[in-house]
Amino acid sequence: MGQAFGLRATLIGALGAAIGLSGCAKPEPGSSSTARLGPTSAASLQIKGSDTLVQLAQVWAEAFVRSHRAATVTVTGGGSNTGIMALIHGGADICNSSRPIAPSETAAARARGVEPTEFVVARDALAIVVHPGNPITDLTLAQLKRIFTARVTNWRELGGHDEAIVINSRETTAGTYVFFQEHVLDSERYAVTALLLPSSSEIVRNVAQDRGGIGYVGIGYVSDQVRIIRLRRDAASPAVAPNARNVRNGTYPLARPLFEYAAGDPTKIERMWLDWVMGPEGQAIVARLGFVPVRWSGG
Amino acid sequence: MASILLVLLILAFVLREAAPLLRTYSLGRFLGGTRWNPTLPSPAGPEFGLLPNLWGSVLVTAGSIAIALPLALATAVFIGEIAGRRLRDVLKPTIELLATVPSVALGFVGTVAVSPLVKAVFDLDTGKSAMVGSIMLAFMAVPTIATISEDAIAAVPRAYRDGSLALGATRWQGIWSVVLPAARPGIVAGIMLGVGRAIGETMVVIMVTGNAGVLPDHGLWYAFTHAVRTITGTIGAEALEVAHGGPHYRALFMLGVVLFVITVSLNLIADLALNRQPRRTLQ
Amino acid sequence: MGADRSVARNRAVERIAFGVIGALTFLVIGPILWLFGYILWHGLPQMSWSFLRLPPRAIDAGGGIYPAIVGTLYLMVGTIAIALPLGIGGAIYLTEYAGRSRLVRLVHLAIVNLAGVPSIVHGLFGLGFFVLFVGGGIDRYVLRADRPVWGQPCLLWGFCTLAVVILPIVITATEEALLAVPAAFREASLGLGATRWQTVRRVVLPAALPGVLTGAILGVGRAAGETAPVMITCAASFMPSLPRGLNDQAMLLPYHLYFVVTQVPHPTVQLQAGIALVLVGLVFMINIAAVMARTRARRRRRW
Repeated sequence: MGQAFGLRATLIGALGAAIGLSGCAKPEPGSSSTARLGPTSAASLQIKGSDTLVQLAQVWAEAFVRSHRAATVTVTGGGSNTGIMALIHGGADICNSSRPIAPSETAAARARGVEPTEFVVARDALAIVVHPGNPITDLTLAQLKRIFTARVTNWRELGGHDEAIVINSRETTAGTYVFFQEHVLDSERYAVTALLLPSSSEIVRNVAQDRGGIGYVGIGYVSDQVRIIRLRRDAASPAVAPNARNVRNGTYPLARPLFEYAAGDPTKIERMWLDWVMGPEGQAIVARLGFVPVRWSGG
Repeated sequence: MASILLVLLILAFVLREAAPLLRTYSLGRFLGGTRWNPTLPSPAGPEFGLLPNLWGSVLVTAGSIAIALPLALATAVFIGEIAGRRLRDVLKPTIELLATVPSVALGFVGTVAVSPLVKAVFDLDTGKSAMVGSIMLAFMAVPTIATISEDAIAAVPRAYRDGSLALGATRWQGIWSVVLPAARPGIVAGIMLGVGRAIGETMVVIMVTGNAGVLPDHGLWYAFTHAVRTITGTIGAEALEVAHGGPHYRALFMLGVVLFVITVSLNLIADLALNRQPRRTLQ
Repeated sequence: MGADRSVARNRAVERIAFGVIGALTFLVIGPILWLFGYILWHGLPQMSWSFLRLPPRAIDAGGGIYPAIVGTLYLMVGTIAIALPLGIGGAIYLTEYAGRSRLVRLVHLAIVNLAGVPSIVHGLFGLGFFVLFVGGGIDRYVLRADRPVWGQPCLLWGFCTLAVVILPIVITATEEALLAVPAAFREASLGLGATRWQTVRRVVLPAALPGVLTGAILGVGRAAGETAPVMITCAASFMPSLPRGLNDQAMLLPYHLYFVVTQVPHPTVQLQAGIALVLVGLVFMINIAAVMARTRARRRRRW
């Protein structure tokens, strides 16, 4: 019997330890903590969706709750698909998406009495990056397509070194994968040899390591370990770098808006969130993370 | 009882979620499909081909067993027959400790340290390759094969060894021609379970194999030193983001059915082998 | 002469064979030590009180890993709370009631297979069965909710999915512990007029408890380190606050490590190794506790 009690005491102890730990989960004063414990209040916001936007939304959330003390904001990724599904089925208040909502999705939402409301919260340029040792400085969209469909497999064929091309792509479920497939590959298949990596930062890390590497990532993910390729729409047009100016004046061919969708008319807290995101503070963060602000360009 | 129900429930549910795929996508196209393009727009797509996934799983697993088997067997023999008591008391727990390392931690070390190293040593185009996957999976297969083989070796009755020594054989001759053959069923079981562990592992392969849906067309070494896509990697990478109930979701469950069938077969073989092994009594 | 030479040759062969085997063994031990050393070497500088006590920061997933630690503790407790009663019940049935029938053989085969099912398949099952079928069913038919309450990945379904994953460990360990209780104990109890259930409850189970505890601890250790099943059924990639209820997602150490290794722009190896160190350290401590519990149980056994 003594042993029986011992086991029970151990389990209760473990439970107690876990609860005890969580009980003292107060955010430390002066830290950038956003932990809010307590019951779900009306001022809680669930944001889900695009991995391209998840980083940005998390930084927004941290800054937002600093000035809106009563609010709790939870941000999760999962991809644009997941976000839009969650919005339709009520699993999210706001959904992040790196692509516009599809007509079939709008229809599905309406069937459930939800009218998705669209906001362009930032702009993004899809940067083409290569290894810093690669001598090639610019490519046409047609060349890019030939690379990613493996019609050319060696940089020599494009005037570079004798180096096998290593294609780095996102996973099939990523909004960015679909965007690139539509806008560069004309909806053709990617080469089977393409590495399908779980995130943009993996693409950057890989391209930085592989002398033959090439990949596409949102401009916010570019680091100085890789080199950006300038793009030409066709052989006759000028080579354009992905930067804020070229995104705004429409000359960079792989620019795209990034969206947030609300389910129906935004409620009070959602409205506060969207106003703040579109306002100077939110858009300053957009610029700080390397995306292109839609307003308040900051001069 | 509950466990039978649970196994059947798992199979039933994975099947239940997978089956509706066949209304829009034939079983032949799935089993014989050479491309995995689940989000390819119409009219060509989507394509849910099993073969590139299966090929990658088989290649990475075979590679990991090729690396792990000699190492694990040697370790089992060393611990069971050669090492002194002191050394054994250090070696055995170390290997058992390795078995408890969470796979995601192995994936981390594979991504950050092993992958660049292998790329440099073999001068590969990219560090993401079947080879790195095999090396990291060998870390998981070694403890499985080694501990089960060591159990089998320890279960060989002492009289076998004494008889062999009495006939004038050296200890090594006794190990090689008497102990190892007697322990063979247990060793086979260990290998089967090691294969099962490797082929079912997810996090490591997502992180280090590059997930390229290729089929072999430049020979084995080329395939081994380039990226591949595995069944588990595909499910793990895509199940998070897939729309529930759609064809892509169903195709992932279909891959789950294939994986389930493979691992259950391996387990049954291992179980049969173990039952032919003279059992050690509980101490 | 000939015999002598062959003996000498055999000796030489033996020496070479043992040398090769020894070398191969250290080819195994070397990388294992290197692996542990790598995590320790890069992870230790990351260790600090604030790393363990602060929530993560968004910009580089820096800050701390507090919510992931707590989430993992919740998961350990919740999983074992579900798996332990089921596992003990199953093991009691198998050893004390079922006898040696063909059914028992089948059940054992099922347990072996359950242990061999890849964890990602458990994850798919958890998603299809617990999240969508059970959870979705509760929402649709019981709560009639218009937004998911239980039909979404959350802690409860993580508990359930992992309970299925660790059930074979718990059953096997419990069974072994029950079998180790001498038949004489049962016979004495039954001889005194106790019923079968009284015998199990008052005599067999208490005697076997240390062994059961070992199984429970091993199961908890497994639950703490699993990634694939919880990634689909429970884990949040980033959630600075703690889960508020069983139908909330939670951050978890293994998934947080995956997230920081693969998803975060420009992470430092030190941060990644720090998370890995906490995870591996936690799992090791649990497993060492299991070994100690087992050793103590064996020593205290007086029969």
